[in-house]
Amino acid sequence: MNIPSNLKYTKDHEWIKVEGNNAVVGVTDFAQSQLGDVVFIEIETQGETLAKEEVFGTIEAVKTVSDMFMPVGGEVLEVNPILADQPDIVNKDPYGEGWMIKMKISNPTELDELLTPEQYKEVTNE
Amino acid sequence: MKNTPFTKYHIELGARMAPFAGYNMPIEYSGINDEHITVREKIGVFDVSHMGEVWVKGPKALDFLQTITSNDVSALFDGKVQYSCFPNGKGGIVDDLLVYRINAETYFLVINAANIEKDWNWICEQGKKFGLTPGKELYNASEEFAQLAIQGPLALKAMQKLTKENVVDMEYYTFKKIPFAGIKEVIFSTTGYTGAGGCEVYCAKEDADKLWKAVFEAGAEYGIKPVGLGARDTLRLEVGFCLYGNDINDTTSAIEAGLGWITKFVPGKNFINRDLWEKHKKEGTTRRLKGFVMIDRGIPRQHYKIYDAEGNEIGEVTSGTMSPMSKRGIGMGYIKKGFWNDGAEIFIGIRDKKLKAKIVKPPFHLATV
Repeated sequence: MNIPSNLKYTKDHEWIKVEGNNAVVGVTDFAQSQLGDVVFIEIETQGETLAKEEVFGTIEAVKTVSDMFMPVGGEVLEVNPILADQPDIVNKDPYGEGWMIKMKISNPTELDELLTPEQYKEVTNE
Repeated sequence: MKNTPFTKYHIELGARMAPFAGYNMPIEYSGINDEHITVREKIGVFDVSHMGEVWVKGPKALDFLQTITSNDVSALFDGKVQYSCFPNGKGGIVDDLLVYRINAETYFLVINAANIEKDWNWICEQGKKFGLTPGKELYNASEEFAQLAIQGPLALKAMQKLTKENVVDMEYYTFKKIPFAGIKEVIFSTTGYTGAGGCEVYCAKEDADKLWKAVFEAGAEYGIKPVGLGARDTLRLEVGFCLYGNDINDTTSAIEAGLGWITKFVPGKNFINRDLWEKHKKEGTTRRLKGFVMIDRGIPRQHYKIYDAEGNEIGEVTSGTMSPMSKRGIGMGYIKKGFWNDGAEIFIGIRDKKLKAKIVKPPFHLATV
C-alpha cells in the first residue's frame, strides 16, 4: 500500500498536503483499494468554510457510499474538475491527478493532530 | 466460515474476499466494472458453490412441488429448468429457486445460499404432510456440490471444447447430465443470473479442481476472467432479476414483485398462498416492484425513498447501483399504486436532494432517458 512520506493523514483515510496556508486534500491509496471502482464523486462545498471532520463531499464506489471529511478546518477553495467525468482517476492516481479539494487552512495548529505516515500505516493494518 | 472448493483459487488470484452466507467468497478481482463488462461482452466465471441443492424424489414428488412452489411443475419435461418461488403461507416468499426435472419422479432444486437452512426446514416441514422423509425422498445435497456459472456471449462456444455432447445449441433454461472437462458426469445447465447467456455447471466437490482448470483453459482464447459477487449483483440488477432479501422477502407477494409469470393458477395446482395471490392478481396490489433509470446524476441505493413530483413519498428502493454499461444510476423499488406506470417520472431521495428518474422495463442499462 502506497503511503507517501511527505503527507499527513486522517483515520478516515484522507491525506493532506500542506503548501503554506493552503492545502490539497484527497483520499488514500488504501481507501481507493477498499472502495473498488469509484463511479461518482459529489463535492458541493466549494466556497464554504467547514470545521475539522465536517463532511466536504461524498465518494461512491459501485457498491458503497462514503463521506469524505475535512482533515482540518478551513475554506474549500477549489474542487478537482476532472472528478465529474473521470471519477476513476481516484483509483489510478489517488495522490496525484485524483486529488479532491484545495483548501485554505483556518487554524494551522490542527495540523498537529493529524497522523504521520507511520501512524497511518498502523491504521491500515488494523 | 466455510470455504468452497474454489476459495484457494480466489485467494491465489488476489481477489478481495468477504464472508457471504457463511462462506469466504470473492467480491472482486480486477474490479467490478471490468468484470461486469467482461461478462456482457465475452466470458466470465463465478464460483457459485455456496448455492444450495435439494433433491426431491418419489411418486409424490410432483404433487409436493406443485404445492410448495408457485410455478407449474407439470409443465416441465426431462431436461427442463424452471424459475419459481416457495410461497410462505402468509402471502410472502420463503425463497426463489430453480426446479430441474431429471425425470417424472426426480427433481433437483437450487436455492439461495443465505436461505439453505430456512428452506430445508420449510421443505421438511411441508414434506411431512406428504409423508416425505428427510434423508429419503428429501435430501439436502448442498455440501456435496461445487458449481461454476460460466456467463457471457462466448461462454457456450468456449465450453463446447470440453465435451462431445452438443451444448452450443441448447435452449435457454434446459440442462443435460454429460461427461465434461474429463469429469464423468456434470449437470450442464443453460441458466444464469446475468442475462448475458452461458451456463451453470454442477459437479461433485471432488471434481472441482478439474472443472476450474479446464474451464479457464478452454476460455483463455476468449478472454475469460474470474468474476466476484460484486459484478454478480450489478449484472443481475441491469436485467431486472430479483435478489432475495432485497427485492423479495417474507413479506412481498409474488404478484406485487412482478413474478406473476412464475405464479400459475392452473386447475388442480393448490399451492400455498394461492388464494391470497389469486386475489392480488384479480384485484391488484397496493404497490408494485418496478425498475428505473436515473435521469439526473446520482446513484440510487437500497432503502432510499421514492417520491412523486410533489415530494410525497411513494415508495422505497430495494436495489440500486451505477450501471457499469450505461454509467447511469439504475435501480428497483416498490412503488405505490397510481405511480408505477412505465415511463412515469419519479424522484429518488439521495442525501439531501430529490433526483429525477424514470420507470423503465429491463434491461435497465439499455433504457433511454
